Amino acid sequence: MTCPNGSPGTRQDPDELVRFLDVGKRFGKGRPALEGISGTIDGGEITGLVGPDGAGKTTLIRLMTGLMLPDSGRIEVFGFDTRRDAARIHPEIGYMPQRFGLYEDLSVQENLDLYADLRGLPPAERPAVFQELLAFTDLKRFTDRLAGRLSGGMKQKLGLACALIRKPRLLLLDEPGVGVDPISRRDLWAMVKTLTAEGTGVLWSTAYLDEAEACDRVFLLNEGKLLFSGQPADLTGRVADRVFKMTGITGRRRPILAEMLDRDGVVDGVLQGEAVRLVMAANASIENATRGIAEGKVSVVPAAPRFEDAFVDMLGGGPGGRSALAETTARLDISDQRPVIEAHGLTKRFGDFTAADNITFDIPRGQIFGLLGPNGAGKSTTFKMLCGLLKPTAGEGRVAGFDLRRDTAEARNRLGYMAQKFSLYGDLSVDQNLDFFAGAYGLKNPLKRERIALLSDIFDFKTYRGMSAKDLPLGLKQRLALACAVIHGPDALFLDEPTSGVDPITRREFWTHINALVEKGITVLVTTHFMDEAEYCDRISLIYRGRSIALGSPDSLKASIATAAHPDPTMEDTFVALIGKFDEKSAA
Amino acid sequence: MWWTRLKALIVKEMLAVLRDPKSRAILIVPPVVQLLVFSYATTLDVKNADVMVLNHDRGQWGQELVRRIDGAPTISTIRFAQNPAAIRAEIDNQRVIAAVEIGPTFSRDIESGRPADVQIILDGRRSNASQIVAGYLSRIVTDLADDTPAGKRSASTAVTVVPRNWFNPNLLSQWSMVPGLVGIIALLIGLVVTALSIARERESGTFDQLMVSPLRTHEILIGKMTPPMIIGLLQISLFIAVAVFFFEIPFRGSLPILYGSAVFYLAAVVGLGLFISAMSMTQQQAILGAFLLMVPIILLSGFATPIDNMPHWLQPITLIDPLRYFLVIVKGVFLRDLPLSEVIDNTIPLALIAVATLSAAAWLFRRRLE
Repeated sequence: MTCPNGSPGTRQDPDELVRFLDVGKRFGKGRPALEGISGTIDGGEITGLVGPDGAGKTTLIRLMTGLMLPDSGRIEVFGFDTRRDAARIHPEIGYMPQRFGLYEDLSVQENLDLYADLRGLPPAERPAVFQELLAFTDLKRFTDRLAGRLSGGMKQKLGLACALIRKPRLLLLDEPGVGVDPISRRDLWAMVKTLTAEGTGVLWSTAYLDEAEACDRVFLLNEGKLLFSGQPADLTGRVADRVFKMTGITGRRRPILAEMLDRDGVVDGVLQGEAVRLVMAANASIENATRGIAEGKVSVVPAAPRFEDAFVDMLGGGPGGRSALAETTARLDISDQRPVIEAHGLTKRFGDFTAADNITFDIPRGQIFGLLGPNGAGKSTTFKMLCGLLKPTAGEGRVAGFDLRRDTAEARNRLGYMAQKFSLYGDLSVDQNLDFFAGAYGLKNPLKRERIALLSDIFDFKTYRGMSAKDLPLGLKQRLALACAVIHGPDALFLDEPTSGVDPITRREFWTHINALVEKGITVLVTTHFMDEAEYCDRISLIYRGRSIALGSPDSLKASIATAAHPDPTMEDTFVALIGKFDEKSAA
Repeated sequence: MWWTRLKALIVKEMLAVLRDPKSRAILIVPPVVQLLVFSYATTLDVKNADVMVLNHDRGQWGQELVRRIDGAPTISTIRFAQNPAAIRAEIDNQRVIAAVEIGPTFSRDIESGRPADVQIILDGRRSNASQIVAGYLSRIVTDLADDTPAGKRSASTAVTVVPRNWFNPNLLSQWSMVPGLVGIIALLIGLVVTALSIARERESGTFDQLMVSPLRTHEILIGKMTPPMIIGLLQISLFIAVAVFFFEIPFRGSLPILYGSAVFYLAAVVGLGLFISAMSMTQQQAILGAFLLMVPIILLSGFATPIDNMPHWLQPITLIDPLRYFLVIVKGVFLRDLPLSEVIDNTIPLALIAVATLSAAAWLFRRRLE
């Protein structure tokens, strides 16, 4: 048999660590979790396993560890088949699962000891290894702290240290970047780089598409299928010369984005601060598409393509710019310039720890305000105080002019809330969820029936109405959560990391609705880890160590750290630089 | 307005418990099975006792005693020992609960009118059952004594005691157990269902969603209380039906009175459940909390052992045990048509406990928002 890749199972490349061939796996009915996946992972490289939640990333990793066996195809790790020789694979791999990798009731040192025992590290070698790992992860100061008390970033570092107790040839990391702020993410990334320099092969799975760009090679998964494998630049290459930025927009930019998304030849578009970023279809003319808009001060310039642009292009482009939800929403009086959400000196102390210190801002009607910050810095505390989930120690929060503590019911009737994991009642059907939230906000028939019918129509729930919410696909869960949050027509929307883990198409659809609702005069407060999402905000407050250390529009924050050497920093650069500056100042 | 919100919440809570076929089955099948199993298992009657006999006597009275023991309906098998060592071994291995040793001069003593001796050896490890078997055996011996020549002579002059058991003439222990189990199983389910309700919402993140809605704290608590109370009342009805139609236990009191006090009993139980729920961050903690309370509530209620037998310092603690009061009511209504005044005397403490546990739950619930 003459096959250019050689017959499967024979190793030709000494660096090749993993080879999987036509792997398939199915759980229960429905679409397979993985289907026809083939590829290799080499030592000395970071291989990205990229895709939204439910794409099959974790399944593929577990198949490589031999914890699960494929239904079809085969996987070889270090040349050993996972079906037959899993025991010979285990000693040489390090695996960091997404959660539960650590024992939260044990201290940092106890976790390390435990993993050393599990991995059979000889006691004589331990002091040196612990010393090295603690230095590597910068956890030396926290050895006595319970793992459960560490911040998200520190937990991931400890998890990494535990996976590295016996230096593995292959390190499998399942979403190490989830719930980790950009600074810790950069630290983790740097650590992994030093490992690959020593020849270790690293598999880094992620739902953040910007992480993919930094990998040496990537596997892009979507709905169990391999969309792309190779160098990230090859994928971004497919949209080369098709990405543009419209700058110089004065006035409201959201209607321009919506308009552009519906024009012929526009595959994808997002907001980027004051600018609108566009991906054009192949052979489409940007001049034609922007005719009538790119006039006067507005100019169109080419932009560097990103991994996400290519991914969206591959999936057939983002959704259009129309939001049926917003079209049926009554316009609120946008000329009323009194702020809708107000924070006056919000302070929260837990014992002698100040979680939020004198936070003040206000959000005028029809704006999006973003709270950004590392985990544990106080952004959730601030968010919770503003929607009435936490009582401030001092200061006050107002929604639509109502004090959250004195006029609780009135304030709450004006706000809609959507949490991270789409807090829906999983055992209730789509209709029952809508019914409950309508009732909880005091909606009565016939208005209630009308609203539910309208929202079911807009979000296309028809075929899912009787299905339990927990069984819905992720994208629909997101839609249902949004429907429940706006069922009573709120003035203000509180979104707590609303799109973490969803695929870019669903995320665009979500922001299309939010952007359009904002144009109708709804005010939005959002917390997010996605730097892309921060770009949708009119203003951002960067919360760090319980304080708001920077406040302004995305572009003005970026400009504040721009230097001659680095004139066009990204939002992530800005985030890292501002926190670095603050730390320097407080150290001085 | 408030009614719309509350109704939505109650409907949601009912659906959360009942929509899933599995959790629906859990509310019906295990409680009924428990009722049946416990009813048969927790019997205090000693039936089928095995005893051993060591008969040193060769006369007719010794034979007669052995025959009578053998013929007694409460004693199933009788073993014969050849020497005292055999008795020791059999009792030690719990193959028999008691042994009867008949002295060598037994028949002769009886014939000659002298006091005759029989020794009964019992397994003190099973104190309760031993006492009952001892009772059975001494009754047999006394009957025998009455039939001896000396016994016949004195029979006309002796005082005869004729016991009559009111309310439960045949002293069937199921008659007193099953009504008590109605209260216990309702406690079990009521406590667990409520304890899980808030903890489950905390785990799934819907709790925050609930707290930002215009629902007030008391509305949430009422909404959380209502479904377990409705389910509890339905279960109590089912158990009453099983008790009356399956176990054929008389129901002598008034049904409305029983339901009236059951509402207060359930409110007290649900209040405890909500308190546990407000305290727990996870469902696991809630389940542990529920079981932590369940055991003392049952042990201190007087269900297994009379409260009067408990040490004096412990007895006041039973005053805050809701099951204690409900047991009096449910047993009384079943077996003896408990007068209304006594029902009220026992329902007032239930109402007070309900008010206390519910306010504590509301307080803790609010405090958790700080």
